[in-house]
Amino acid sequence: MSLRTSDFVLRDFVLRASWPGLAPARTVLDNGAVVLAKRASMTPAVAIHLAMRAGSSCDPDDATGATWLLSRVIDRGTALRSAADIAEELDGRGITITTTVTRHLFSLLCTCLADDFEPVLELLGDILMSPTIPDEELATRKGQVITAIRQDDDNPGVRASETLMALLYPNGHPYGRPTKGSIAVVESLTRDRLLRLHEERFAPAALTAAIVGDVDVPRALDVAARVLGLWRKPLPTRTVLPPVRRATTRSRSVIPMMNKAQADIAYGFTTIARRDPAYYAYWLMNNVFGQYSLGGRLGDSIRERQGMAYYASSSLDANVVEGPLVVRAGVSPANVDRAVASIDEEVARLAGEGVTEKELDESRRFLIGSIPRALETNAAIANFLQNAEFFELGLDYDVRLPELLSAVTVDEVNAAARHAVAVDRATIVIAGPYRDS
Amino acid sequence: MRCALLGNGLKVLIHEEHTAPLASVWCWYKAGSKDERPGLTGVSHWVEHMNFKGTTNIPRDQVKGIIEQFGGTWNGYTWIDQTTYFETATRDALDRMLFIESERMANCLYHPDDCESERTVIISELQGGDNDPDQLLDQELTATAFKAHPYRHPTIGWLPDLQTMTRDDLYGYYRRYYVPNNATLVIVGDVETDVALRRAEHHFGAIQPGAEVSRIRTVEPEQTGERRLTIRKPGTTAYLKVGYHAPSATDGHFFPLLILDAVLTGAKGLNLWSSFRGAAPQRSTRLYRALVERGIASWVGGSLLPTEQPFLYTISATVTDGTPLPSAESTLLEELDRVERGGITDAELTKAKAQLRARLVFDSDSVTNIAHQLGYFETIGGVESFTTLAPRIAAVTVDEVNAAARAVLPSANRTIGWFDPLPVGEESAK
Repeated sequence: MSLRTSDFVLRDFVLRASWPGLAPARTVLDNGAVVLAKRASMTPAVAIHLAMRAGSSCDPDDATGATWLLSRVIDRGTALRSAADIAEELDGRGITITTTVTRHLFSLLCTCLADDFEPVLELLGDILMSPTIPDEELATRKGQVITAIRQDDDNPGVRASETLMALLYPNGHPYGRPTKGSIAVVESLTRDRLLRLHEERFAPAALTAAIVGDVDVPRALDVAARVLGLWRKPLPTRTVLPPVRRATTRSRSVIPMMNKAQADIAYGFTTIARRDPAYYAYWLMNNVFGQYSLGGRLGDSIRERQGMAYYASSSLDANVVEGPLVVRAGVSPANVDRAVASIDEEVARLAGEGVTEKELDESRRFLIGSIPRALETNAAIANFLQNAEFFELGLDYDVRLPELLSAVTVDEVNAAARHAVAVDRATIVIAGPYRDS
Repeated sequence: MRCALLGNGLKVLIHEEHTAPLASVWCWYKAGSKDERPGLTGVSHWVEHMNFKGTTNIPRDQVKGIIEQFGGTWNGYTWIDQTTYFETATRDALDRMLFIESERMANCLYHPDDCESERTVIISELQGGDNDPDQLLDQELTATAFKAHPYRHPTIGWLPDLQTMTRDDLYGYYRRYYVPNNATLVIVGDVETDVALRRAEHHFGAIQPGAEVSRIRTVEPEQTGERRLTIRKPGTTAYLKVGYHAPSATDGHFFPLLILDAVLTGAKGLNLWSSFRGAAPQRSTRLYRALVERGIASWVGGSLLPTEQPFLYTISATVTDGTPLPSAESTLLEELDRVERGGITDAELTKAKAQLRARLVFDSDSVTNIAHQLGYFETIGGVESFTTLAPRIAAVTVDEVNAAARAVLPSANRTIGWFDPLPVGEESAK
């Protein structure tokens, strides 16, 4: 057997016809909390994903990292349960709570056995609504966070990424701040300050609960209503983000870390907001540029053809306001200049020549065809539903997504490329065993 | 699940799973870093890289997109006992996935230019690992714990070997180990077993078997005293590791030790592929309470992975900023001594079993994960060692756990490693 391109013709249309759609249930409780539920029975387990619109963008201006510290301590004591009670309840059921903080969302995630669904949702609700933040727990978690900040200080990848974000989003913009904050701020934060942050930012109308797994939808909605429905608090004031200003000149920063073996390059631009109609053109453009197969064009050039790096790729994080497009590569210090020149070359080609019809078609087919795989696990579905809810994409977003991607033209992708990237507007950070000559 | 043996010795495992329109195909080879001879460390992993670079019937420029056209993903990994490759895509890609794996088994090219290009990619991968002090310490601790067995060298290899290995070394290794009688093909997903088996026979049936693979038969001599190593390099954080020689997956002490690890640091499950996804339930465990809750460490974890031959049970801790390494070590060793002397309780056994039961469920949440588990266990002790995991865990007694603790945890069986950071030079400070 050998390869025939015709094998692939119309596959995406076949997929679109066969994908049944998630068709989740959605209800809004009296207090404004949104509950999304979807039954999935591959395993006798349920993924619970509670997302509060209280991410690191809500950090007070003088307390960067407060939300992160709150995330480390929120599940260490509530009005009803001590930290030891919570520990026993989690460990006895073989489960963990993962607490994540993005720019806009503070989330509790947990996968439990289906038999444990009700008590686990009760526990998560209690943690989200009624944390007590005991002083001794706060002291211990501060020690953990400070150690993590110290680890980040010694990590070229983190140093390059965080510095790039600070340069792309300067002057204290929330997108440019390090999520964990600084050691000095962490040391200064008190229990009262964190409780005040919780009081001001956590409320039912800012909450979305996604429940996916081996539980009937009516039962999932009932339990969610019982656990979360009695919580009464006013909607928090909306956080207004400063406008994003695109870089107008090229800049290059070097963070020498001479104790390291490899250098990390972070090279980026600000782009568009997620709700911009051009988003799908940007998504496809980024897929061709730095994602498709093993890192798109970047991977082809830097890894496959030149053998310079184990990884080279780009990511697009269109968000509430104009999010970043970031190229990342890890290279030997001797290859830093060549790698940056290669990224420049690919950026110039993307902006100048655009993508080809063939490249666009390949990326489109991949993204459409990957929908069933991307939505296979309970946790992945719950995350997808949260994303769709946050950006108001609709309950049928998974079904409409193939059409949205199919409608994008090569001209739109190339317009996105011309708008998004330019060698003379690139912000570049290099961290590792390297110095500018 | 259907288990079939083709005429050329290829074992085929097929499991139908119809919850999503997907299929996952994995091809496993009993070729890991334990099969590498001195001077060729890292050859298994480098060969894995080379086997993504085109074949006789898949031109180099058509590798990219070959499975992405089906919305699929592909990857591979190499570890101490095995090398594996997989594709997961929509079910209609089954034939394509089997074709790719049959080509990978028989017809890879090993163009000299590709070999050279990949040399620097792998050295870059190695250097990326060296950037992480915890990973560096793990590598050095393993090398110290083993004197003779090839488990002692890192899967990625030692740098001088990577700098000198030749194309012939790579190709010779490929031809020796990539034969159907040294491989297992696993198919899981929305497929019909009979059809899938026929397609497997179609793609693989004509590949000739190879000579029986000769194995390195080195047995690690019993350790007779505690070993130590200290890495002193500029850094910001101290790391501590303690490694004990541990039983293989088929040894009677393995499951009791798995329970002991859950009591000490929480149950991780037994899926190497998904073990990176989430933390263990560990807040009430002995070492978490002794180290993290007391502010001595910011993180503690245990690692007991199922392996074909006796490997290591390793406990690792990230020492909290400001805590001296000796203090962290003495607290950790006190707890280990306590469990060695006093054993575990019935309540701890019950909790550990509940955790492992839950992890078995969570680790089987996709066709990719199920297929991984079938193939992984087949390469280290037979697929039945996976299908019987739950009853074997359920059957473990307190006495067996305590006996495992007494057998594994004595000080003469351990190696202690420190990463003791030196001040970072001014040029590297934040």
